[in-house]
Amino acid sequence: MRVSQLPMRRRVWNLGARVLLYLSAGLTCGLLVLLIGTICARGIRGINWQMLTTAESVLRGTVGILPAIQNTLFVIVLSLLIVLPLGVGAAVYLTEYAKNHRLVSLIEFATETLAGIPSIIYALVGVIIFCTALGLQKTLVSGALTLVIMNLPTIIRSTQESLKTVPQSYREGALALGSGKWHMIRTVVLPSSIDGIVTGSILAIGRVVGESAVLMYTVGLSTAMQDFSSLAAMMKASGATLTVALYIYAKERADFTTAFAIATILLGLTVVINGAAALAGKKLKKV
Amino acid sequence: MQEEPILRIQHLDLWYGENHALKDVALDIPAHRITALIGPSGCGKSTFLRTLNRMNDLIPGIKISGSLTYRGSEIYDPAQDVTPLRKNIGMVFQKPNPFPMSIYDNVAYGPRTHGIRSRVQLDEIVERSLRSAAIWDEVKDRLKKSALGLSGGQQQRLCIARALAAGPDVLLMDESTSALDPISTSKIEDLAMELKKEYTIVIVTHNMQQAVRVSDRTAFFLLGELIECGDTEKMFSQPADKRTEDYITGRFG
Ligand SMILES: Nc1ncnc2c1ncn2[C@@H]1O[C@H](COP(=O)(O)OP(=O)(O)OP(=O)(O)O)[C@@H](O)[C@H]1O
Ligand SMILES: [Mg+2]
Repeated sequence: MRVSQLPMRRRVWNLGARVLLYLSAGLTCGLLVLLIGTICARGIRGINWQMLTTAESVLRGTVGILPAIQNTLFVIVLSLLIVLPLGVGAAVYLTEYAKNHRLVSLIEFATETLAGIPSIIYALVGVIIFCTALGLQKTLVSGALTLVIMNLPTIIRSTQESLKTVPQSYREGALALGSGKWHMIRTVVLPSSIDGIVTGSILAIGRVVGESAVLMYTVGLSTAMQDFSSLAAMMKASGATLTVALYIYAKERADFTTAFAIATILLGLTVVINGAAALAGKKLKKV
Repeated sequence: MQEEPILRIQHLDLWYGENHALKDVALDIPAHRITALIGPSGCGKSTFLRTLNRMNDLIPGIKISGSLTYRGSEIYDPAQDVTPLRKNIGMVFQKPNPFPMSIYDNVAYGPRTHGIRSRVQLDEIVERSLRSAAIWDEVKDRLKKSALGLSGGQQQRLCIARALAAGPDVLLMDESTSALDPISTSKIEDLAMELKKEYTIVIVTHNMQQAVRVSDRTAFFLLGELIECGDTEKMFSQPADKRTEDYITGRFG
């Protein structure tokens, strides 16, 4: 090893830097393990079949978070159904069609800024616009729409980024074969950026699952079963999602067993979603 | 020449903003010949080539005047639809640019774009195009595999097959061999000479030997002007213009 030939001063530096690096790596991993360990250790006990498959019952004195799970799914699906076409469409317009480059960079700057705004601000916007001004009240629909506003900038950004990685030569090749613009986008540009778009959307689901501030103020606090049997019923459905339920159990009922159980479920969900994002990204990677 | 030229360019001027990139260019491109465009870097060869299939339309701030006709119809007529025009005037680029799809889907892209859906018909076109591009034997067992797995030379021949599959009668090639090794280059040169029986070919090249080897006619561009155009043999043996002579003998460029 050449290290032994280095002058004393450099060797001390070397050693110092190494110790610091190990320390920070160890600290990070330790914290992570501690966090996950604590949550799972305290949470696993609270998870059982009855809890996952029923609503809570005051009469029988049982806990159940099925409504929260359903509400979460409803919010995820609804917000994605709206935000994906909107966001991908906007990104396609901005990168492929828009001619005014000043305006495009202005919009890009705006979306970038919006993507970094604390979610509590979106919560306020949601309350003012959807719950109050549009008269939707505190409903899952209000929550989903607020999440649409919150996720739109990120979806636009991530889609634009993946569209920009599509080589210009693909576009030229398609056009030179007589393809129209939209046909080119649909058959060449979107398929070759689909991995990035899907990864971006899955990460957006992750944000929806983990979002609390927005939902706390917009979806309502009921832990009872909601009715999703008709469109009218869906418009009225109002109740806690998993994160909101977590807050309710921990803060208002001091039921920490259930709170930690929900936390464990959320943690598991996040892992699954991130795993899915990684997998989808790899699977859909250009042939 | 007994036949009408397939492409006729008269008084072509082109500006990129303030940059007058093509100046009063006039050129006839005869059918079933290989026309080579030569000239130093930046003289406007690619620009000229791309005006022929209107690929320049995409560039902001571009201005084009003059008359360009393809089989008698005005290429820049506002009523001219670029889709059939580009179907008829195919293009192969400098760098091979296969789409990230299977070999089959690459070749079938053009016909599908122009509305051919029948599997049988597509199979037939794909095979015929790959054969014409002299790559069938190398890929026939891996048609469903990604085109990106091919070598550079194979990719370029695939791009030629893809262009042929769209059913063009003119093929524009912009330095299509400059990114390739000598063996792939000579394959594509042979291919071009074979293809001129059925197609009209315009190539841009920096390689004098290549122009001499493959082309029937040569056009020499300098600073956006067409200096001289004529039969390749004559042009390389007795150039009419002093500047042509200087260029082909390697005195500049
Ligand atoms: N997209 C563009 N926008 C503005 N100017 C351009 C553009 N493309 C080319 N030019 C200019 O037009 C002139 C001709 O360029 P062109 O690419 O046609 O030359 P070329 O003969 O093909 O050169 P090379 O042999 O290096 O490929 C050059 O001065 C170039 O700077
Ligand atoms: Mg060029």
